[in-house]
Amino acid sequence: MASTTGVNVPAPGRSVWDGGVSPMGASYGKLMMWFFLLSDAFTFSALLITYGLVRSSHPAYAGSPEDFVFSQEYWPIPEKVFEAVPFFHGLEAPLVFVGIMTFILIMSSVTMVLAVEAGHRMDRAAVEKWMLWTILGGLTFLSCQAWEWTHFIHGTGVGASLSYNEYGPPDFAAFFFFITGFHGFHVFSGVCLNFMVYYNTVTGVYQRRGHYEMVEKVGLYWHFVDLVWVFVFTFFYLV
Amino acid sequence: MATTDIHAAQHVHSHDEHGHDEHHAGNFWTKYIFSEDHKVIAKQYLITGMLWALLGGILSVIFRLQLGFPDMDVSWLRPVLGGWITEDGKLDPEFYLALVTMHGTIMVFFVLTAGLSGTFSNFLIPLQIGARDMASGFMNMLSYWFFFASSVVMFSSLFLSTGPAAGGWTIYPPLSALPQAIQGSGLGMTLWLIAMALFIVSTLLGGINYITTVINLRTRGMSFSRLPLTIWAFFFTAIIGLLSFPVLFAAALLLIFDRSFGTSFYLSDIYIGGEALPNVGGSPILFQHLFWFLGHPEVYIVLLPALGITSEIIATNSRKPIFGYKAMVGSMLFIAILSFVVWAHHMFVTGMNPFLGSIFMLLTLIIAVPSAVKIFNYVTTLWQGNIRFTPAMLFSIGMVSFFLTGGITGIFLGNSAIDIQLHDTYFVVAHFHLVMGSASFFGMLAGIYHWFPKMFGRMMDRRLGYIHFWVTFVGVYLVFFPMHYIGIAGFPRRYYSFTNFDAFSGFSDLNQLVSIAAILTLSAQFIFLFNFVYSIFRGRLAPPNPWKSNTLEWTTPRFPQHGNWPGEIPAVYRWPYDYSKPGAKEDYIPQHIPYSETPESNLPHENELIKLETDQASGHVQEGHRPAH
Repeated sequence: MASTTGVNVPAPGRSVWDGGVSPMGASYGKLMMWFFLLSDAFTFSALLITYGLVRSSHPAYAGSPEDFVFSQEYWPIPEKVFEAVPFFHGLEAPLVFVGIMTFILIMSSVTMVLAVEAGHRMDRAAVEKWMLWTILGGLTFLSCQAWEWTHFIHGTGVGASLSYNEYGPPDFAAFFFFITGFHGFHVFSGVCLNFMVYYNTVTGVYQRRGHYEMVEKVGLYWHFVDLVWVFVFTFFYLV
Repeated sequence: MATTDIHAAQHVHSHDEHGHDEHHAGNFWTKYIFSEDHKVIAKQYLITGMLWALLGGILSVIFRLQLGFPDMDVSWLRPVLGGWITEDGKLDPEFYLALVTMHGTIMVFFVLTAGLSGTFSNFLIPLQIGARDMASGFMNMLSYWFFFASSVVMFSSLFLSTGPAAGGWTIYPPLSALPQAIQGSGLGMTLWLIAMALFIVSTLLGGINYITTVINLRTRGMSFSRLPLTIWAFFFTAIIGLLSFPVLFAAALLLIFDRSFGTSFYLSDIYIGGEALPNVGGSPILFQHLFWFLGHPEVYIVLLPALGITSEIIATNSRKPIFGYKAMVGSMLFIAILSFVVWAHHMFVTGMNPFLGSIFMLLTLIIAVPSAVKIFNYVTTLWQGNIRFTPAMLFSIGMVSFFLTGGITGIFLGNSAIDIQLHDTYFVVAHFHLVMGSASFFGMLAGIYHWFPKMFGRMMDRRLGYIHFWVTFVGVYLVFFPMHYIGIAGFPRRYYSFTNFDAFSGFSDLNQLVSIAAILTLSAQFIFLFNFVYSIFRGRLAPPNPWKSNTLEWTTPRFPQHGNWPGEIPAVYRWPYDYSKPGAKEDYIPQHIPYSETPESNLPHENELIKLETDQASGHVQEGHRPAH
């Protein structure tokens, strides 16, 4: 960057920023994906900050956790809300199920990394294998979320809707549905994109093209979606 | 290096595949409607933006009639406005609010964001950085059509029986959230939100493209420090949009849920007709924070392109290098950064903690520093220049004038104590119409006059341009200067009528003057429209470089085809502001002229650079393939 201004040039020399080349060594498509993710990060930040502000304007539960009962008066303790596990009716296992969901999603990021790596080696069979695992991970996560939503909506009494819920103030469920739903929609889009990449790999489109950059681009999106989940998980389940 | 070569090859390749039948043979649909050529997309944006500007202007004149002449019988508007004119020939009060809302929405988003950025970022980025097209022509086309869809939705909302959105362009809940509050908060508001969601998608598609194109597709030698200031401005604008629009998107989605799905993100403790609504727990102030986190950067999304365009035009027509190139870039960067940390100065009177207010006040007032740097640099560029008063130049100088006049009142308003008096008065209206509305509008007009020869290959009529400028310039000041007094006197904005209150009936003469000036200013725009349309078909054919300008777009043919340069893309050897360089044969040296060809005017360090030039010419491999045209 230092080389060629109008004035005061110390020592002429060419840099990658002098035009004619892609300065970051990245294709335009990959740059675009990064900028989109930056933008999307702001959408999620806005939603999570909104959640934080509304939550902090509600009183927190002050008593001891053993005596906790659901009430409209204070924000519930998340561990008391999310403690069910499918097929283990009546078992109190706080955050176990959502922990499994999180583990599955993170594992699907790992398989995505392996797919990208296989793409670098131009190993079509391996890309197919790892993309399939990634899609499977995404679908499993979405199914788990569907079960979790169903359980949350039915509850033990009146259950939950966007305007009322048995667990706490109305905004508790409203934000839960809105933000996990918005994230779930991202996961769903990611699964669709992953499937498209898988399909193109199977039909040999990338092999003919000579590179598997598309796997990388969709991989960026997939990792981003996982990263966002880590924050959603933290703010809704842990804090 | 390798990446670009692949790129260039891919580019050329794809043109070979599709280029022949699609672009060359010139099927009407692919050439003018669903075109991927950035120049055509720019013109689509421009013409859509101009139609919106006309509509926005007409709306403002209708409500100015009400404000200036409250007793007037406007039943002659009934053929157009129908039921919005009451029995006794008056404007319906709720429709007045809808007019104000739609005027703001249209002007801020559809004219000065899409019309300005969309037109000139699209048109100038590839031409001035030396690229064949945007990074992704397809996404660029998609960006326009999302904008078009958004326009259709917003336009159709004008014809609803309950009227378009009427809660102000800032759509604060609960007014915008509850249909019981005002008619416009019914279906009109729903369509507003849908239109804005589409608009945001369009902005993101466009912005991502602009940023990537500037980073990746600059021609050989076009380092960032040789970019024309226009490109710097569009680059910053796109980044601001990329980071602020998603927040509006989040805010709008939450509002949609509040309106349609029974949540209470923004609603709490509301009584209508003595009955409490079920919504509890939300906060309307929250919406304001989210909205202004977009809303304030939006001001600079609107303004920065105008600053970039006028920098280029003023340097060209002063026949002088821009004064303080780096300071110009730096101040734009500084403004862009500050734009994200001042949003709460729109909310001083919402009951915010005064300490927080003082922090936002401090940050707000700091914006005066880079703004003043820019004004001084404009003036010092003009100083002792060999000024050519083209219409574009006059509009650029007019922009500097508005930016200064409107900017100074910003210092008053940014002060949290003074804002208690001035908040939501006509003083605010005067301030932002000058500094952001008129200044950006003049930047846009300047850009149209200046780049018309490149867009349409013909010249616009000078004389009509001068008449247009003087009437508009005087008209704008006549409209907005008196508003400062009206505002200091305490007139609140968005009121349907003032004559009902004794305290406010005193300034009716000033209000009449403002209204007459507004009608005059709007009429002057028809001179421009005539000039524009007439010149497209009948204007004098433009010489290749009518303004003797340095930037790369003037090295293209008179009617550049898709791909811009018929042969190789020119390389760049110098910055774009070598005007009136001592010793040079002519008073300008375009960017593609190497130093080796201008030994008479080179400075010592520039002679050093000659060694690199041969390098630069040969260091490049594949670009020479011409796209198929």
